[in-house]
Amino acid sequence: MRIAIEHRTQYRFSQAQDRIVQMLRLTPTDTQDQTVVSWRIGVDCDARLREAIDGFGNAVTMLYAEGPIAALELSVIGEVLTSENAGVICGAAEPLPPLFYLRSTPRTQASVTLAEFAADVAAGEALDGLHRLNAALHGRFPDAPDLPDRGCAAAQAFAAKTVTSRDVAQIFIAGARHLGAPARYVSGYRTDGEAHSAPHAWAEAYVEALGWIGFDPATGLSPDESYVRVAVGLDATGAAPIAGTRVGHGREQLDVDLHVDRLGGEE
Amino acid sequence: MAARGAFDEIWGHGGPASPRAEFASLARWIAETPADELQRRQQSAEVTFRQLGITFAVYGDSDAAERIIPFDIVPRVFLHDEWARLSEGLVQRVQAINAFLEDIYGDARILKEGVIPNELVLLNEQFRPEVNRVRPPHGVWAHICGIDLVRTGPDEFYVLEDNARTPSGVSYMLENREAMIRLCPELFRDFRVEPVDSYPDMLLQTMRSVAPHMGKSTPVCVVLTPGHFNSAYYEHSFLADSMGVELVEPADLVVDDDVVFMQTIAGRVRVDVIYRRIDDDYLDPLAFRPDSMLGVPGLIAAYRAGNVAILNAPGNGIADDKAIYSYMPEIVRFYSGGEAKLPNVETWRCREPQALKYVLDNLADLVVKLVDGSGGYGMLVGPTATSAQIEEFRAALIAEPHRYIAQPTLALSTVPTMTEKGLAPRHVDFRPFVLTGSDGVRVVPGGLTRVALREGSLVVNSSQGGGTKDSFVLSPEAGA
Repeated sequence: MRIAIEHRTQYRFSQAQDRIVQMLRLTPTDTQDQTVVSWRIGVDCDARLREAIDGFGNAVTMLYAEGPIAALELSVIGEVLTSENAGVICGAAEPLPPLFYLRSTPRTQASVTLAEFAADVAAGEALDGLHRLNAALHGRFPDAPDLPDRGCAAAQAFAAKTVTSRDVAQIFIAGARHLGAPARYVSGYRTDGEAHSAPHAWAEAYVEALGWIGFDPATGLSPDESYVRVAVGLDATGAAPIAGTRVGHGREQLDVDLHVDRLGGEE
Repeated sequence: MAARGAFDEIWGHGGPASPRAEFASLARWIAETPADELQRRQQSAEVTFRQLGITFAVYGDSDAAERIIPFDIVPRVFLHDEWARLSEGLVQRVQAINAFLEDIYGDARILKEGVIPNELVLLNEQFRPEVNRVRPPHGVWAHICGIDLVRTGPDEFYVLEDNARTPSGVSYMLENREAMIRLCPELFRDFRVEPVDSYPDMLLQTMRSVAPHMGKSTPVCVVLTPGHFNSAYYEHSFLADSMGVELVEPADLVVDDDVVFMQTIAGRVRVDVIYRRIDDDYLDPLAFRPDSMLGVPGLIAAYRAGNVAILNAPGNGIADDKAIYSYMPEIVRFYSGGEAKLPNVETWRCREPQALKYVLDNLADLVVKLVDGSGGYGMLVGPTATSAQIEEFRAALIAEPHRYIAQPTLALSTVPTMTEKGLAPRHVDFRPFVLTGSDGVRVVPGGLTRVALREGSLVVNSSQGGGTKDSFVLSPEAGA
């Protein structure tokens, strides 16, 4: 599938900022089933951009801008070619061994009820168990929209009535790790014909003999060719598309305009 | 005597009347200098330390924030041969620590070959994925190491703890020496003591040697401190002063285009080498702690890009973690191909069920430590603990065994020390400082001797009532 992405993020500040430094995890990398055809990150003010690969294998862009900055718009425009592989990730850079992803973080610690829920629904063979956990979470939270990260932890979200795709991905990760499966958070894009105010988020878990497999508890299914993987991390904070610091007073207002479209041809 | 059965480094096993042969003249100095004269000199040194402001804050005790660490006038002395053997062991240990860090954040050969349980590294908070696959300039990780040693006999030294993050205490080594030269000049006339005052020069040389290649003749070096409220601030400013480099706080540094600059009145100056005395967590909020307002945003990106050297390298905590410590003999063997010249203290890893059982059965005889604790906190010294303390630790061990290790209580060596009742043996440990640059490994001929001032106490931490002594290393062909 040929997917076009246009992702604009606009910051407006109530007072001009002196300096802005951001770490952007907004660039996908190639895997066996994902080829980046074109990709460009633009900024509408005088800024320096520097690219690197981080310790997780993510493509990271550092953004340095000097003030006074009253507003800042980041535009990400690109095209990616994907193919279907039953959710199995092949050919990704894997600088960290799977075992590392058993590590818990404050945002992915399972509460007793979350752990019991995971153990209940996922009893039995590992791969089936993870699929059942994925489906059960979708059943429990049928509506998990793509909204900006609120900083919620998995245990807290699990006890809540409404969740986002970010929350339910973290809940899946907490549950999977509790079951002994290395699991990680994925931030990326998905074409579903709907408008979004934030990128999509899902999870990957490691199954011996198969490798890393994607699970999207927001749909209850595994990611298919309509997904573009961008960044992985231990949790939503670790894979945040934009992490930023600013020097300056005042409030910031954030607007996101995101279009993920399927292009014709290349079926 | 306080330390029955312990080896006294000057008096040997026989007491003041029969000192070790090599230390006869030093023992004579101790015996012949009147006690009130020694007292007077010691008080004079402490007055100086207070004036200089070498104080330290006791954690959790705000009233005692301005306490100085007590100084003892009787020096601890290493013979040239003893020191030569010790140095070889220290160099080997520090080289292994560097090789380990290079490997762990690189190809991870030691994990693939199963020398260390992989989860002990990968699931350890001290293994920092943020610097995974980053090779520091010139491949040096642990530039400044403080290796804590204890001694139980003439040739029996053991490593108690490695400090490969930001070991402190070097200012005491230097100030103690200065005080001794002023107060006991006769000792330096009678003995040929290796100087330690070149330490700031050695440190600056080490810093410059790891500067990224920028085609500059003199790299810009700085000392990065969290600020004056830090308990080791005196040392930070002392080192910056004596090296003649700027002392900066995080707010003084900015990163632009993956390059670090220091903001000065005259404008921005590019920084090549940072000796940081700040924990990893507070170095760069973008890399480590998004919730933290502290640190220099972009610093790790500049480091990853190879544009700045950071001493010691971020991520070093995995090498001096107490859980990893117990594998140091295997680590030394793996990288050096030989046996460790400096052995570890026997260590039970409570994460292993059999070890835990042994520890629970013998709590009253053991020292139990938190794997991630430091400064003598979260520690049980079985032989001197109350039964309530022992039961408290028993419960903690059963609840979270993986957080603890245990070691035997060693008969630590003693050195004669001034007490209220005159000179008496007191237990000591030792922290030598080892510098590693792109030009090799150097052991500073001296170090920090910490002494447990309370009779019979084995806890030398300054936060727990320990003091310090000067540590002499004698030059070749010099007797004591």
